[in-house]
Amino acid sequence: MNAINYLSNLAIPFTILIILVYGLIEKNKVFDTFIEGAKEGIEIVVKIFPTLLGLFVAIGALRYSGVLDFLIKLLAPVIQFFNIPVEIMPLAILRPISGSASIAIGSDIISKYGVDSKLGLIASTIMGSTETTFYTIAIYTSVVGIKKIRFVLVAALLGDLIGMLSSVIICNIMS
Amino acid sequence: MLNIIWPVFIIISFLYAIFNGRVAEVNNSIFESTKSAMELAISLLGTVCLWNGIMQIASRTKIIKHLTKILNPIMKRIFPDIKREDKVHKEITMNIIANIMGLGNAATPLGLKAMKSMQKQNKEKDKLSNSMAMFIVLNTASIQLIPTTVIAIRSSFNSSNPSAIMIPVWISTILAASTAILSAKFLMKRF
Repeated sequence: MNAINYLSNLAIPFTILIILVYGLIEKNKVFDTFIEGAKEGIEIVVKIFPTLLGLFVAIGALRYSGVLDFLIKLLAPVIQFFNIPVEIMPLAILRPISGSASIAIGSDIISKYGVDSKLGLIASTIMGSTETTFYTIAIYTSVVGIKKIRFVLVAALLGDLIGMLSSVIICNIMS
Repeated sequence: MLNIIWPVFIIISFLYAIFNGRVAEVNNSIFESTKSAMELAISLLGTVCLWNGIMQIASRTKIIKHLTKILNPIMKRIFPDIKREDKVHKEITMNIIANIMGLGNAATPLGLKAMKSMQKQNKEKDKLSNSMAMFIVLNTASIQLIPTTVIAIRSSFNSSNPSAIMIPVWISTILAASTAILSAKFLMKRF
């Protein structure tokens, strides 16, 4: 497991290193370019903040009213079949629907069960390895005005399911 | 979608809380939640800005060209109908590269442009062509190299190692993406 940790830790520094070396060799104004890109980052975060705020309040209400625990209890027998921990289920359901909602519910799971706990790791891995399937399909089909989407949803959701199952299995092995 | 989900979540929670005597908890949660949204946003701000800056440098170098070259054989397999000299080929490749680098803001406009170009060559205008369907499936798979958002979330919760999930994320991503692509290839001939 040490090797996995080492590689995980290496990924970001290594990527940055390569990019900077490339930039220097090609004689780019590396720092100016960096500032330019970083400024754009502010815009991105400012843009998603209202969505994030709204969804955090909704998810917080679900958690503290007891609705979430009630739903988890209700779903438990069905989910055991897929071998996904019940506590992760709200994330698994919301992940394909909304990116901000899954950030909110993922953070909620992490804060409730601990960021470095098994559930925290599983939630993080699912968030990192899957996408907002429904949203993506909606914008990509609506731009060309197509309603007959054939097998797209099935294939995409199958991918999501495998991504989630493997997240659970890998994190079980890791911790 | 959220226009329905959001109010329903809140209404159900508040009603449930009133009937189960958890009004105080829910009331506190409103202010707790705004605080955590704020904290996460600040943590996101740092990571997103840093990463966007780094990727801006990358986008000015030949890294893009090299990545395109690496992607070419894969493109040929995934999109057999699209010729290399075609304009769409470049749009699709650029969209994939933007996704890999985690530049969602750049990836989406490129992707939409590619969709429009593919629609021009599409024979049945009301139905997705094979290439279009495959392209959407590919975009529903998260093929990002560095999962920056998750790392920011983990560090905002004081993880002892925020990037510990990197390898697990890569493995899951590859499995998820290959499942999506292979099942699309399989279903394509039948539906």
